[in-house]
Amino acid sequence: MSGTPIEIKLFSKKAREFIEWLLGRYPNKQAALLPVLRLAEEEFGNIDDSSVMLVADTLDLSPGYVWGVLTFYTHYRREGDGKYLLQVCSTLPCALRGCDKVQRRLEEKLGIKAGETTGDGLFTLKKVECLGSCDTAPVMQVNEKYHENLDVEDLDELLETLRG
Amino acid sequence: MAEIKQEKFEKVLTKYVDEDGSATLEFYRGHGGYEAAERVLKEMKPGEVIEAVKESTLRGRGGAGFPCGVKWSFVPKETDKPKYLVVNADESEPGTFKDRVLMERDPHQLIEGSIISAYAIESHVCYIYIRGEYYDAFLTMQKAIDEAYEAGILGENVLGTGFRLDMTMHRGAGAYICGEETGLLSSLEGKRGLPKIKPPFPAVEGLFGCPTVVNNVETLSCVTHIFDRGVDWFKSIGPPEGPGPKLLCVSGHVERPGTYEVPMGINLLDLVNDYAGGVWKKRKLKAIIPGGTSAKILTAEECDVGMDYESLAAKDTMLGSGGVIVMDEKTNMVNALYNILRFYAHESCGQCTPCREGTGWLAKICGRILHGTGRMEDLDLMIDLAQKMCGRTICVLADAAAFPCESIVRKFRLEFYAKINAGAGHERDIHTGGPLVQPGALSAHNQERLDELRGGH
Ligand SMILES: Cc1cc2nc3c(=O)[nH]c(=O)nc-3n(C[C@H](O)[C@H](O)[C@H](O)COP(=O)(O)O)c2cc1C
Ligand code: SF4
Ligand code: FES
Repeated sequence: MSGTPIEIKLFSKKAREFIEWLLGRYPNKQAALLPVLRLAEEEFGNIDDSSVMLVADTLDLSPGYVWGVLTFYTHYRREGDGKYLLQVCSTLPCALRGCDKVQRRLEEKLGIKAGETTGDGLFTLKKVECLGSCDTAPVMQVNEKYHENLDVEDLDELLETLRG
Repeated sequence: MAEIKQEKFEKVLTKYVDEDGSATLEFYRGHGGYEAAERVLKEMKPGEVIEAVKESTLRGRGGAGFPCGVKWSFVPKETDKPKYLVVNADESEPGTFKDRVLMERDPHQLIEGSIISAYAIESHVCYIYIRGEYYDAFLTMQKAIDEAYEAGILGENVLGTGFRLDMTMHRGAGAYICGEETGLLSSLEGKRGLPKIKPPFPAVEGLFGCPTVVNNVETLSCVTHIFDRGVDWFKSIGPPEGPGPKLLCVSGHVERPGTYEVPMGINLLDLVNDYAGGVWKKRKLKAIIPGGTSAKILTAEECDVGMDYESLAAKDTMLGSGGVIVMDEKTNMVNALYNILRFYAHESCGQCTPCREGTGWLAKICGRILHGTGRMEDLDLMIDLAQKMCGRTICVLADAAAFPCESIVRKFRLEFYAKINAGAGHERDIHTGGPLVQPGALSAHNQERLDELRGGH
């Protein structure tokens, strides 16, 4: 972690109550790690250093351990991710139905490659694996929402809607 | 579009999924829901429930096809430890999307099956581990669980029988390996999703070191109907070695991709033609992967086969997760294989050398063939590597990468030759400076086929 001081974060009252409930569902605190990371993501918009410290503190785990677990998983929203996470499925069934074109069009429109975020912090483009919706390929998940049967032509409109 | 030739077969698992409000408790109860669970909990002993499921020959729908009742019977009866039921709702095998339908459209069916199963193994705690991406399914399941608690269907006194059961949704966060049962349990314990060596099997030493049964969403949904309609009904559908209704997910190059409920053993071509509307754009069929990308591929000629455990095993492939991926005549198999291998290389957890290195190298070698810098020896190298990855690792992800690789390279070898040869014009062998494919490297027959293929370029 860098030399800049880490902002101290706290969970809201509602979140603390939820954690209380959550801890009653498992025989130890560690088991609540994934759900509490989710909660941090929801509360603060993403998971950064200070969220990791907070989660570690809440569950009596070391920050290093929490980092180790967090980085194993790809679906948490991390510091620096844009407001909208465009997660384009790239696995075989989607590939058979043209996800490459979707990916390329988004790269062109946004001027970024997979894994990058636009300068205005609005969009992060990601190539992800099978989203479990291959019957409506090609598919992209934008934050929590699935966009199915994507047509390259629809993408411009979708981006406009998201830009607001 | 072709008429759908629906069999006389009556759907049960997906009977109500298209109806408004199918996810609500009111709807479910209005259609006889929870009557089976109530009857089982009041009238049967746990051991009898296990025997009935054994008798039904229900086999796991998650991938491995292990007999469900047999797995339950491995849970020790005499133990001071708590026992756990874990629902595998990770659904991450490429080409699979059936559990999502079940959870989004009929969550109570899964809850009822889980109650019966928990009762059978005498567990009082059930976790549903759902992949993080399935947010709608998560919300729907959570709502259904809340409703069930309120109605006394879950909690201290399940359906007024005195049986206690707590059920908790647990969201994953994007890792294929968390679908593997021991990886899933690691993840549920708040760790990285690393698989563990078996034995000990989870039934004996699973979650938090306690006896644990892990079952797929569809498996547990089937349990509901085994006790609703009876063991004999279940056994009357499909082949005796693995009967029952089955959800098959058809994706890829068909007119109507989707989840179809069919009797186990349905002919694969009938599924594709009658249910999924046939190969799209009036094209010819080239190949089908019948059970998710971990299964070996079938060429068009091999697709006249029953979709059940034994028939597919006889064709040296598997039913797996029921993900039927259809490819038309224009599909480039080098491309398809590269896509598959890239997936496994990305998803390997990295614990075992044959898997970590093997998946990485398979993807690299296939990638260089695809990009025109492959060598003739690469094909044998891939097959050799794939064979050496099998059976040497903690979990079977390594095998899951090796199976499609070996079968695609073997069955579509000429397409790989064509790519290598096409690249050979500009890419030179680093040792000899000559073309990568030496003249005379192919048999006369293969050379002929190759010329044909190139002619078609
Ligand atoms: C790499 C890998 C991924 C798997 N993914 C899933 C999955 O997403 N969903 C599932 O139910 N089973 C999956 N399985 C199978 C599980 O390990 C396990 O066999 C299954 O959950 C048992 O339930 P069943 O007997 O009801 O099928 C996977 C296995 C492996 C090796
Ligand atoms: S086989 Fe692969 S995925 Fe499975 S434990 Fe070993 S390295 Fe991990
Ligand atoms: S391959 Fe894209 S959703 Fe399954």
